Amino acid sequence: MKRVLAAGLVGLLFGAGISISGMANPAKVLNFFDFAGTWDPSLAFVMGAALLVTVIGYRLVLKRPAPVFDEGFHLPAARQIDIPLVTGAAVFGIGWGITGFCPGGAVPALGLAEPDAFLFVASMIGGLAIARTIRSVPAARASAQSA
Amino acid sequence: MLNRKVSFVTEFTPFLWLAGGGLIGLAAVLLMAFHGRIAGMTGILSAVLPPASPGWTWRAAFLVGAVAAPALIVALSGDSIGFASSTPAPWLVVGGLIVGIGVYFGSGCTSGHGVCGMARFSPRSIVATGVFMASTAATVFVIRHVLGGL
Repeated sequence: MKRVLAAGLVGLLFGAGISISGMANPAKVLNFFDFAGTWDPSLAFVMGAALLVTVIGYRLVLKRPAPVFDEGFHLPAARQIDIPLVTGAAVFGIGWGITGFCPGGAVPALGLAEPDAFLFVASMIGGLAIARTIRSVPAARASAQSA
Repeated sequence: MLNRKVSFVTEFTPFLWLAGGGLIGLAAVLLMAFHGRIAGMTGILSAVLPPASPGWTWRAAFLVGAVAAPALIVALSGDSIGFASSTPAPWLVVGGLIVGIGVYFGSGCTSGHGVCGMARFSPRSIVATGVFMASTAATVFVIRHVLGGL
């Protein structure tokens, strides 16, 4: 129960940071990327501040033997820079550039009750579901062959 | 539809952005301290979609908090939070689908790679962040300055 409540509080902080910084505002995000037009450099400050706090905070936290509510830290183990990583990131950028929404910005934007945010998030969830199906097909085939 | 190509000029607000960025960082650090997890929206969202993975309850609570935050800020402060979107609905759907597929195969987005992964100096996250930032900038350039808007 404490574990769930703590996550809710962390979610509040995350959503507050996203909202205050303007990351939930597609027009503001798109202007950051519009170097040839109405450039608004603010996003660099957000990323910079978030990174500074996280670099220092992770150093302190990861020195501890374990997190409060788990037996160990779950850090991504993959090291390889492969084709799915690079193409996935490139594809994500196309969608971000079309809409101005990234996942972390769009979810808090739901709390502003903006129809555009709902339409985007619903479509993004559809995209995640499609991607999960695509990935599970070769895996299912492989396990059927080995069975 | 013709006026859609007009882009909104947004204010330069460095102090709010610094405070907001600091809060995003604090959330990332606390999720690692409490749950031992990366605060990446892609991973959290995909884990609550059915068939949900075992730790879906705390992830759902994180999402509820993230959605509630702006509503609470508006209710408590009386101020509004800036929001402007000029993307036509069909393109929101296309863009949403593209983002969902991209972040799934790319194993993360701005929060997971751009903040948490970069803060761990993960080579995968540094490459992914560089690629999606460049791809976004290129897309915005093409839409605004080559096509003249959507």
